[in-house]
Amino acid sequence: MNRLERVLLPLFVAALIIAVWSVWASGGSGGATDFPTPLEVWRGYGHLLRPAHGEHGPLILKHIVSSVFRTSFGFLAAVGLGIPFGLYLGWSARAHASLDWLVQMLRPISPIAWIPIAIMIFRGDDLRSIFLIFVAAFLPIVISTSAAVHSVPSMYLRAASNFGLSDFQILQRVVFPASLPQIVLALRVAAGISWIVIVAAEMVAVQDGLGWLITDARYQGARTDLVVGTMIVIGLLGWGIDSLLRRLERHPRVSWGYPRNG
Amino acid sequence: MASARIEVRGVAKSFRQRGGRSLEVLRDIDFTIEAGEFVCLLGPSGCGKSTLLSIIGGFEKADKGTITVDGAPLSGPDPRRVFVFQEYGIFPWMSVSENVGFGLGALGAEERSRRVAHWIGAVGLGGFENALPAELSGGMRQRVALARSLAVEPEALYMDEPLGALDSLTRQQMRTEISALCRRSKPTVLFVTHDIDEALLLADRIIVMSVRPAHIIEIVPVAITHPRRFGEADYVAIKRHLYRLLGLRDEV
Repeated sequence: MNRLERVLLPLFVAALIIAVWSVWASGGSGGATDFPTPLEVWRGYGHLLRPAHGEHGPLILKHIVSSVFRTSFGFLAAVGLGIPFGLYLGWSARAHASLDWLVQMLRPISPIAWIPIAIMIFRGDDLRSIFLIFVAAFLPIVISTSAAVHSVPSMYLRAASNFGLSDFQILQRVVFPASLPQIVLALRVAAGISWIVIVAAEMVAVQDGLGWLITDARYQGARTDLVVGTMIVIGLLGWGIDSLLRRLERHPRVSWGYPRNG
Repeated sequence: MASARIEVRGVAKSFRQRGGRSLEVLRDIDFTIEAGEFVCLLGPSGCGKSTLLSIIGGFEKADKGTITVDGAPLSGPDPRRVFVFQEYGIFPWMSVSENVGFGLGALGAEERSRRVAHWIGAVGLGGFENALPAELSGGMRQRVALARSLAVEPEALYMDEPLGALDSLTRQQMRTEISALCRRSKPTVLFVTHDIDEALLLADRIIVMSVRPAHIIEIVPVAITHPRRFGEADYVAIKRHLYRLLGLRDEV
């Protein structure tokens, strides 16, 4: 495949989707509940980019900032607590015996199910959403980190203890670096979940953000053009967040852990 | 560097198998390795040589018997006596220098980098200081493992089939280098192998072990001066003897 194809193929697919979508959406029986055409969505961005009443800057920007800020905050808190906790859980047989059952039981509960609790416990939109993102990202990070620690080859541990390292030094100099490639993969997964959950959380629990924008568009006279427009923005931002995290995989302290492609 | 005198007295070991039956692996193992001696443990695969080495290294406990190093009972793994693992025992996220310097954390930065440079040179890896293990061949990785262990200037080296994963040409070459390096810095060496020629080329004495439950069949001295050559009369004589001890025919 040459470089031209690499650029043209996705553009071609995008054009095809827009064409099929146009024909399909405009063939409908009309009326506000019907799916918007690409052109209507495009025009909808005119609305999303205008400032709201008595404010400066594009309307959607404020919501993007809210969503991104909350997701980053909750995600970083989950990373900061989840990695050390996962290391501990994977390293200490006692911690594993005491807590693994709890982690396994909490894991299958959808983060969405925590929404009522978030609303009851926390006042303020930001705290509620940050809490939900934390819940969504923390457990996957803990579980993957602890699994990564378990899969560190015992030969590395033997070598480390043979050279007289203390338990803490082994954790710091061998177990953590040996687990890092798997941890980074877990961070990408957790960030993806966080971005999915923030939209759901904002649709229900709070008064702004991209999720709220979708709900609001529906109540403001069924503006499906704005709904679809916001969905596209959510998708692009999620893609961007993932691309940023994917850069971590190229760091030499991480990339050694992935099989070479080509 | 100092070297250790290791005494193994009446060591026995069994493993509990699935279903509760016990599998006897080592029976009544008894020998002494003098300080600075190079001793090979030779025996069929799976006979318990590695278990014995693990016990002497302090990673596993014997059911019966004692191990003393320079007269003191063994209490566990000790940085003065280090294992050389097969090539995959080095850390894949660390460069060659970081791997070689791994056991030198207690030294000052200057002394550490001096030693790292010395041992990288000694195993012929000059120019590869910043390479990651994945960029090296199997033989080069084994050199890193060797340098990492020698850099701490141990009084004993325990090698568990360290050349097992290498192709036969690289293996020949690494044997020569291990022999030269160990003869220069004189740690006590206990070297596990199932390769008769390897034992004959390296060892001062060969401890010949039986199939499971492993006991010592005979301890064979190899009084041949270095460098040793395949095919010389005394070499062949000892080799015939080893074949007989292991119950092998010396013809194909």
